[in-house]
Amino acid sequence: MTVTPGWYMALASVLFVIGGAGLLLRRNALVMFMAVELMLNAVNLTFVAAGRELNLIDGQVSVFFVMVVAAAEVVVGLAIIVTVFRRRATASVDELAALKG
Amino acid sequence: MVETVLFVIFAITALYGAISMVMARNPVYSALGLMLTMFSLAVFYVSNAGHFVAVVQVIVYTGAVMTLFLFVIMLIGVDKAEDRSEQIPFQRPITLVLLGLFAAGVLVAGARAWTTGTASTGEPINGTIEAIGDSLFGDWVLPFEVTALLLIIAAAGTIALAFFKSGDEEEGA
Repeated sequence: MTVTPGWYMALASVLFVIGGAGLLLRRNALVMFMAVELMLNAVNLTFVAAGRELNLIDGQVSVFFVMVVAAAEVVVGLAIIVTVFRRRATASVDELAALKG
Repeated sequence: MVETVLFVIFAITALYGAISMVMARNPVYSALGLMLTMFSLAVFYVSNAGHFVAVVQVIVYTGAVMTLFLFVIMLIGVDKAEDRSEQIPFQRPITLVLLGLFAAGVLVAGARAWTTGTASTGEPINGTIEAIGDSLFGDWVLPFEVTALLLIIAAAGTIALAFFKSGDEEEGA
């Protein structure tokens, strides 16, 4: 029984769904952010597996770019979370309803 | 054979880490669960010939990003319990049903074909630094330069956020 790239992609889709569940079900902004990171990682796994299946190095280059964008996103996002916490003393997204119409 | 054993072991740890990240009440445990998942994914990258991205995964994600997460958890505290009651009616069941449908759709479509297109011929890829660098500074040099700009913007934005004075706080409240 050999592992085909499809196995990795099936695992990646399950991880992506778990990340989406974390994003939609949790109320803590930090945990929601971690769920987004998990979704990005799941997509990275599909890139690497597809690159192996199609025999292209571009899949791994795409992973590199996703990591750069994720790093930039984490830096800005965490700065926003800390700034919001300093103003409102909460990390719960339900209490941040100032923009509610 | 070795790959199958590695896949089974690390698929279980990856799923355990992901589920514990979503379920944990304490954000520190969430961060540690995500770290476990990221280490498992690094193993998968190695078995898919992505040696360089596996190293970068460990250094950047588990080394830098998750450490940053842990620092922020330390800064803003974990003592306040998260309110798990939903404000939107039926959000939890609708979420679970829609995500289950999404996963089923992806898996059914994938059972037919995970990738389309023809594989390029030649020797199997080997994700060494040399191979990635050749591609990155050849075909992908313009996107690579744009990421430099993106990182500068992110750093400048973070510094700008960090320098908000406490006198500004009335306008937001």
